[in-house]
Amino acid sequence: MSDIILKAENISKQYRLGLVSSSTLSHDLIRWWHKVSGKDDPFLKIGETNDRSTVGNSDYVWALQDINFEVKRGEVLGIIGKNGAGKSTLLKILSRVTSPTTGEIKTKGRIASLLEVGTGFHPEMTGRENIYLNGAILGMTKKEIQQREDEIISFSGCQRYIDTPVKRYSSGMRVRLAFAVAAHLEPDILVIDEVLAVGDAEFQKKAIGKMQDISRGEGRTVLFVSHNMAAVKSLCTRVIVLKNGKNAFEGTVGEGIEYYLNEEKSRSLVYINNSKSINKPFVKSVKVITSESNGIHQFNEDLKIEIEVFSAGLLEQPAVSYQILNRDNLPLIHELILNSEQEFAQSKGIYKLISTIKNIKLYQGDYKLNVFFADNFTKININRLTEICSFEIINTSKRPYYWDSDTAVYKEDDTIWKVLKLNDFR
Amino acid sequence: MITKSENWLYTISPKQKFLDLNFKEIWRYKDLMFLFVKRNVVTLYKQTILGPLWYFIQPLFTSVIFTLVFNNIANISTGDGIPSFLFNLAGITFWNYFKECLVGTSDTFRKNQNIFGKVYFPRVIMPISVVVSNLIKFGIQLLVFVCFYIYFVFFTTKASHASPSLELLFLPLLVFLMGLIGLGLGMIISSMTTKYRDLSYLVTFGVQLLMYASAVMYPLDLIKTKVAEGSIPKISGVLIEYNPITTIIEAFRFITLGVGDFSFSKLIYVIVVSLVLFLVGLIIFNKTEKSFIDTV
Repeated sequence: MSDIILKAENISKQYRLGLVSSSTLSHDLIRWWHKVSGKDDPFLKIGETNDRSTVGNSDYVWALQDINFEVKRGEVLGIIGKNGAGKSTLLKILSRVTSPTTGEIKTKGRIASLLEVGTGFHPEMTGRENIYLNGAILGMTKKEIQQREDEIISFSGCQRYIDTPVKRYSSGMRVRLAFAVAAHLEPDILVIDEVLAVGDAEFQKKAIGKMQDISRGEGRTVLFVSHNMAAVKSLCTRVIVLKNGKNAFEGTVGEGIEYYLNEEKSRSLVYINNSKSINKPFVKSVKVITSESNGIHQFNEDLKIEIEVFSAGLLEQPAVSYQILNRDNLPLIHELILNSEQEFAQSKGIYKLISTIKNIKLYQGDYKLNVFFADNFTKININRLTEICSFEIINTSKRPYYWDSDTAVYKEDDTIWKVLKLNDFR
Repeated sequence: MITKSENWLYTISPKQKFLDLNFKEIWRYKDLMFLFVKRNVVTLYKQTILGPLWYFIQPLFTSVIFTLVFNNIANISTGDGIPSFLFNLAGITFWNYFKECLVGTSDTFRKNQNIFGKVYFPRVIMPISVVVSNLIKFGIQLLVFVCFYIYFVFFTTKASHASPSLELLFLPLLVFLMGLIGLGLGMIISSMTTKYRDLSYLVTFGVQLLMYASAVMYPLDLIKTKVAEGSIPKISGVLIEYNPITTIIEAFRFITLGVGDFSFSKLIYVIVVSLVLFLVGLIIFNKTEKSFIDTV
């Protein structure tokens, strides 16, 4: 068994919601009184799980609750989770920016964290001066920086401007210089936030490549936090998934990513409006029927969209339409049904409209719906739902795509390829 | 094997020792401290025409104004054989040093929350670097004082009372104590303002008030005679006399100009007060640095 370099035991972090006000002072006084009289902190018992979308009763939430994990030397651990799952809080605790409410982290190596590049850059100082300052902030000694100075400058590609104040730099150059300093750190344990990979496409590739070198080639222990599953897949050897501040999954990269994606999807597949209103028309529900469970749809299968609308009475020219959006909120498909085509909403009642897209050929990735319900006669927009019902398209049945999802958005079905052999060279 | 695996380098935990100071770690980050000092000094007057001349202009003009207002108009006597201008310059040079240390360190947490929120290094590096940069600034301003001192003492007869002697050797100690008080108070204030902002408003005008209670532009003897006359309430007399800053400024004027209230018992008093302030500041600062990012 290889040795354990970092060990987190029962890490919890409590935050107080709301504003700092006079009640904060009174809570502080109560807390202090309990401490003086030797009792436990009363506010540690009342925290609630950190679920951003539900309104709780308590002023205190647990951003992290009982997190346990171990990291072995040379391992690259990915930490994934939704927004607000506690990733950043965990990073902050690991990098000693804030301390946990309970529990402890033990480490055998020095931890350096890159939560942001260019921390402490001073615009009035030259690039070279800033290399020294930034390096020292990140924990290097002057001697260490001196040894790597040339390497850092050439990696950044800012040789020409190195003795010019940083305020004259373009923002891209500033990022390059900052990342170059960060990439030449040599701590025992490196904590990296994914947001690091900024700048133009070329530099992003360089940055990810350097991260790969650090974690793979140099055998460094790395904790990597990301939303980018491709990056996690290529960099990490093991992942933990955080959910509402708790450690929801720990295991291999493949299983972890699958767990995380299913977790993400399960909630938002259906839109339901439970309004009891009987005077106004509205969209009652929208449902995406996918080929697999949990909102995952196989490429080239039929996709079904079910929209239920409530009509309070006769509508002159009701129209229902929907759009399928990609992850950049770009509408790719627009479908529309009019009363003149199939009669609906002519009297009070609930109508179910089912739309089927045959053999849908969307590229792999996440998609959402926009749904519109309108009256074409009065031009009144009755109901407008944006970015609901997310689902994901996957492709495991056929051959892989061989191109990036960003290079084309929709593949048409009716092109035919024919291959002829014209000549035999003997 | 088991014993080896328990050999942790350090532990991150909510528990706090009373005085949890890791001097080894601070020493490891000494390069950072000097780089911060360099940053503070180099960037202060960048892109200004007069540049470092501003170091001289500020105390000189303040002294001229003080001399006009307090000595020429209000007729405060600075004693025979002491030029009022030199008297004021001495007080202002020392006072400025204290003020810059206090104001510079009192917003450590708020001003640096960006850096502090992203990387760890011993936070105490920041206020120390402020004090060291101010020390350099003070050194330059002291040079101005020395120039005028030499001029008045050796080239004119106006400063007949002043006689440079071996007591000048106390100067480094006085500077050190002044920095310690500024640093200690600054750390206390910066820690408290992270959660409750009230104190930061107090600092700006409180420092102004404190100057009038620190015998900067009048001799302490004057206050003593006024108290004896009954024209000043006794309590304010006590406040001014036991204000450690008064003591240091008076001591500085004593060793240079030969006027002022200076005794060993007072020196001991100042040493004790400044050490206590510094330690209290350090303890509060250390307690705050662990969690301030959640409350700032």
